[in-house]
Amino acid sequence: MIPFIACVLLLLIGLYVVIAKRNLIKIAIGFCLIEYAVNLFFALVGFKKGALAPIITQPEQVRMSVTRNFVDPIPQALVLTAIVIGLSTTALMLSLALRLYERYKTFDISEIRKLKG
Amino acid sequence: MRGMSPIVQVVTRLMAGMLLLYGGYIIVHGHLTPGGGFAGGVLVAAALILVSLAFGSVEQVERKEYLLSSVFESLGGLFFVSLALAGYFAVEIFFRNTGVFFLGKPLELVSGGLIPLANIAIGVKVGAGLFAVFLALGASRFVMKE
Amino acid sequence: MFVAVPLAGAFLIPLLAKLWSRLSDIVANIVAATLVGLSFYGWLYIRTGGMPLCYWVGGWRLIGIAMWFDALTALIVLIINIVGFCATLYSVRYLDRYSSGRWKFYTLLTLLLAGLNGLAISGDLFNMFVFIEISAIASYALVAFGTEEEEVEAAFKYMVLGEVGGTVLLFGIALLYAKASTLNLAHLSQVLSGMGRTPFYWFVIATLLIGFAIKMGMEPFHAWLADAHFSAPAPISAMLSGVFIKVTGVYGMCRLMFNVFGISRAATPAFFNLLIAFGAVSMVLGGLLAFSQNDYKRLLAYSSISQIGYILVGLGVGNFWGIAGALFHILAHALSKGTLFLAAGSVESQTGTRELDHLKGLERTMPLTSWAHILGSFSMAGVPPFAGFFSKLFIIIGAITGRMYWLAFLAALFSAVTFAYLTKVVNRAIFARKDEAVTQAKEAPALMVLGMVILVILILAVGIGFWGVQTQLVAPAAKVLLNGLDYARLVLGG
Repeated sequence: MIPFIACVLLLLIGLYVVIAKRNLIKIAIGFCLIEYAVNLFFALVGFKKGALAPIITQPEQVRMSVTRNFVDPIPQALVLTAIVIGLSTTALMLSLALRLYERYKTFDISEIRKLKG
Repeated sequence: MRGMSPIVQVVTRLMAGMLLLYGGYIIVHGHLTPGGGFAGGVLVAAALILVSLAFGSVEQVERKEYLLSSVFESLGGLFFVSLALAGYFAVEIFFRNTGVFFLGKPLELVSGGLIPLANIAIGVKVGAGLFAVFLALGASRFVMKE
Repeated sequence: MFVAVPLAGAFLIPLLAKLWSRLSDIVANIVAATLVGLSFYGWLYIRTGGMPLCYWVGGWRLIGIAMWFDALTALIVLIINIVGFCATLYSVRYLDRYSSGRWKFYTLLTLLLAGLNGLAISGDLFNMFVFIEISAIASYALVAFGTEEEEVEAAFKYMVLGEVGGTVLLFGIALLYAKASTLNLAHLSQVLSGMGRTPFYWFVIATLLIGFAIKMGMEPFHAWLADAHFSAPAPISAMLSGVFIKVTGVYGMCRLMFNVFGISRAATPAFFNLLIAFGAVSMVLGGLLAFSQNDYKRLLAYSSISQIGYILVGLGVGNFWGIAGALFHILAHALSKGTLFLAAGSVESQTGTRELDHLKGLERTMPLTSWAHILGSFSMAGVPPFAGFFSKLFIIIGAITGRMYWLAFLAALFSAVTFAYLTKVVNRAIFARKDEAVTQAKEAPALMVLGMVILVILILAVGIGFWGVQTQLVAPAAKVLLNGLDYARLVLGG
């Protein structure tokens, strides 16, 4: 139970950062926090107490199907994909932030206000 | 882009080859040990970035590097798609894991059919891609006050 | 096939474009045209009584990833690819404004198409998420393409909001997986129908709904729409408004809610009322805000918010006419809004401004564009015999059949409002009195016009032949949504 609560806490902190902070880079980092919290949550979903990592190391295991005591591998694969998605998102966000800095000479979001409405 | 101090350069000279090798190892053994395309690709990119940071580089070299990494990235992506399509044309199913590719005994290096090749494709793509991102973001266009 | 072609295109373009920059145009257009052909082929296959196609990746049944092509998919895929093709055609000339990086644009555009197509045909929950994110990221980059200040700022805001929505979606998916242990949509629906309606169930639905709402610009998360559409290059706005929002937001939500969760009006009226409530708010807010805008594209952006409201209301009504109307309106809006945005882009690229006050008398100088705009507006506002009329009619019929007369009245009222603000543009910009100075402009280049004209012709065709479209294209799709749980039976049996 505890790890799940930690995840939710992380998510809320990230959400707070995205909403309340004014520096662009901090917003990007806050978003990363949210992303990691969700990924962590997802990875935790597949956990079984006292189980092994889902990798076959001895050939006998293939035949004896000792796979019963493996941690669920599907969330791991999905989290891997989600992490990569998060990576590209972060890269894009940061490059946008850089471009904004070039134009406005500031990272402060309240000064970057050319668009109205 | 400025390089770094001589100590860093010496250490990098020692480490870079090993880093690349280790990254390649993780990529190719993706079906046997944890890791695979993504993680190994990140390592390869890290090795390249390390070299780039430690030694600094001149503008023209950077442009060439950017071009090369872009080409590699596209090649990696194409390789991946063609792998998928090869499965399709051979046995009529995308990503089929038998028939066309080597299926050795489990747990050996040459086994698992499609998967190591896919890992290699992804490794190339991720490595080149991350290096290109680094170049685009940090190295050539946007220069912080030196 | 739908995914492989644009993906291959997306990776080919950077390579080849190094040789010859015009090559990227050709490759992109070939890719888009091929996709259109494939969509038609798929639709015809379904229509002649073929079973919905089901395709397991890698041949792993039930634990693998399924790709699924039924009537609803056919509709969505047609919309994506037709608008995509027109946008790609249009881009060939529109990109002359940007001095460099043509191939980047096309790479991103083909990636976007790949992602959207993949989303439409995926039968697996996580696969859906991956494709949603792929198309989302491609769209963020495309919105920021011009790297002017406004565009980048809008892209950043859009990106943060959109990605938060995507992450919320991921959270919902994680919750769902925690309970159900399967990701395959059909299997999921079977597992879910076995579970009770616990509070957890509702929490998951709420989470997923919030995620989709952010992505489709439903209240209260509509903030990003106006800026993003406004600042993006014109073909991207067309794709974004007409296709991306609908497919990732509405289609994603529909697939999940109707086919997987098996929600129906009888069982869970609360959900539908929620849709109607939010839809009505979107409709009203969008319409009123659009009315007060002075900028061409921003007006269209607010109009999109309003139209999404229509679609949600149609879905919320929940009976056959409502859903059919909503789906029809997705088609009609994609075509109409696409036309309008492309027209706006032509105007902007030729005259260099988007302020309505500064544009006068375009009818004389850019006749084709003006007429495209006028016809698009008519369709948007629901004037017969254009496509928009029938879609709104169906929604209203649905509302009346569901005995929600106030809703029908509201829908009709806001059709009038839509007409009003669109006419405002027509009046100010296109027609001018004899003695007023006419803005200097030439007609837009041929390919841009071609893209627009294709869409206009389609609007007319869909409008006049609406009954055919209805029975062949939309009704089967609506039936797919209504018989939600049949989905599972079809997938697992077939």
